[in-house]
Amino acid sequence: MRIVIEKRQALSRTALILTPIISFFVSLLLGALLLMASRVNPLETYAAMVRGAFGTWSNFTETLVKAIPLMLTGLGVSIAFRMRFWNIGAEGQLVCGGIAAAWVALFWTFVPEGLLLPTALLVGALAGALWAGVPAALKAYIKVDETLTTLMLNYVAILYSQYLYYGPWRDPQGYGFPGSALLPAMAWLPRLTGRVHYGVFFAVVVAFVLWFVFTRTRWGFELRIIGENQTAARYLGINIARNIVLALLLSGALSGLAGAAEVTGLSRRLQQGLAVGYGYTAIIVAWMAQLNPLAVLVVAVLMAALLVGGDQVQMMMRLPAAVGLVLQGMILFPMLAGALFVEYRLRIIRPQAVDLEPTPTAPEVTP
Amino acid sequence: MIALLTSILSIILRAGTSLIYATVGEIYTERSGILNLGLEGMMLMGAVTAFATAYYTGSLLLALGVAMIVGALLATLHAFLTVTMRANQVVSGLSVTLFGSGLASFLGQRLGPASNTYYLVGLVGPRFTSIPIPLLSDIPVLGALFQQDILTYVVYGLVPLAWFYMYKTRNGLNLRAVGENPQTADAMGINVTRVRYLYTILGGMLVSLGGAHLSLSYTPGWAENLTGGRGWIVIALVIFAMWNPARAPLGALLFGGINAVQFRLQAAGTNISAAFLNMLPYLMTVLVLVMMTWWEALNKRIGAPAALGKAYMREDK
Repeated sequence: MRIVIEKRQALSRTALILTPIISFFVSLLLGALLLMASRVNPLETYAAMVRGAFGTWSNFTETLVKAIPLMLTGLGVSIAFRMRFWNIGAEGQLVCGGIAAAWVALFWTFVPEGLLLPTALLVGALAGALWAGVPAALKAYIKVDETLTTLMLNYVAILYSQYLYYGPWRDPQGYGFPGSALLPAMAWLPRLTGRVHYGVFFAVVVAFVLWFVFTRTRWGFELRIIGENQTAARYLGINIARNIVLALLLSGALSGLAGAAEVTGLSRRLQQGLAVGYGYTAIIVAWMAQLNPLAVLVVAVLMAALLVGGDQVQMMMRLPAAVGLVLQGMILFPMLAGALFVEYRLRIIRPQAVDLEPTPTAPEVTP
Repeated sequence: MIALLTSILSIILRAGTSLIYATVGEIYTERSGILNLGLEGMMLMGAVTAFATAYYTGSLLLALGVAMIVGALLATLHAFLTVTMRANQVVSGLSVTLFGSGLASFLGQRLGPASNTYYLVGLVGPRFTSIPIPLLSDIPVLGALFQQDILTYVVYGLVPLAWFYMYKTRNGLNLRAVGENPQTADAMGINVTRVRYLYTILGGMLVSLGGAHLSLSYTPGWAENLTGGRGWIVIALVIFAMWNPARAPLGALLFGGINAVQFRLQAAGTNISAAFLNMLPYLMTVLVLVMMTWWEALNKRIGAPAALGKAYMREDK
């Protein structure tokens, strides 16, 4: 008997849906082992995390607050990943969006008051697009590896934002607190309930638009072909370089919008705490959602719940908040291992009729 | 002036040591065709486990051993996912980083003694101290090379050894062959899977050792996010070294140098912002990447292993 791995004719739909769900539970199981090893009851901890993230209305709104940037960056990343363009620069693109939005709100005094917020959001998205556009153009036209360039640019953006709020943009009335002045009220993104701002609408609308684009339009089809088979794409006459740049501009714009919404809707100034790793978690979100924009919305809430749940566990059970991060980090391991079964399957090849040595365990052999 | 230069060189070396360990490790991993973006998580895990071991047992040697085992385990996980399960290397590596940094933070708040509410932060444990070599350490300026701790002295041997092994031995040739063209290597009778596992794990051990140097010598003790992004800098340094271990110290010392210069500039009260200096290594990496790609398009072959980031399976052509 021999086991071989062979390519499936078509991707398995069941495996596609089951792997993320199984992965989540495997991650909880592994997390339980870790908690037990540190002498904590895992069930109690998980119950406290669920209560912390969803237990009361105000906790739930906090989960949503954290889910908004994860949704937008997750959607952005998933566009790039569809073309197998490994954009791991969502963090920097988000920061650029935040910087640009703050710049407009603080210094563009020539913009009519009513247009200040839309301009800030738009310029924020554009800044994110540009920040992703540079590695995209480098990749599309001179084939520079995008993983490394997008990653490096994250640090440039984060350091620049620090320079701004520690340096020239620092609020003179800030009592030495590192951060810009408060944005004018006209540039505040309105809030729905608690601290949940209108960014949540952007995310939902974008998700549905992207779903439509991916499944129902020619451009969505082109992006998929480029990701799956570049040679085929070239034969079909698809302009690969142009599509890479366009898709990445869109990808960066969404992360930029996430940053602009964080600054105008949440902190209302440029300050420490903008780059807290949403851009990296976005990769987990996109991957776990199998790059499906509607699934991104759900997974983003789940990941946000792990963060908020972790914070709550720290406050209530004096456990490290990092529990949430550990669980997040572990989710992808079973998922990555399981991905093999979406594209491949195991086939057991039994020896043919001429079986000279009957194996005792084989059921077909009767004594 | 001489005293100043000596102290700057000394700081550069101390800051660069952990980077050199990790860079050499990642060069070996990438040479086999495996990109491991899990460095930041592996360094943090190396740092926290090494410190905890040293704190409880008092043995620095045991601490290094534990760090290397932890690094090897995380690297094995990455190798299993990317080599055996053929998972995407970028996503797998990022998972290792997210998991490793989360777990290190968790352990840093659980492994400590009850008297410190289980925190490791703020504790003082055994550390490597510098051992000046008589006579040599008295040389002006260059004497800085000979007043370091043991881990830095080991680096002086590690770099040439790593270079020799990669370019002058049969095993090194096999390693490079696997990273360049796994199909051909396979046809030549090299076990591609074994080579990739081996050097991913070896790389993980060195990376983790770099993390241990941080918590046992450079900034002794444990603090949240102790590595401060060094794991990502190493990814840049590998490119800087163009995948040649002999060039690993160049980038590492440049970064260490920027750290040191910044320290001095701040002390002198200059206006150049630290942020811009800190940006330099990242911007220069992008520049190096662009120039290298350009150069490769014209002349072929200078650096990156051709099969880097690609899974290998016999049936696929």
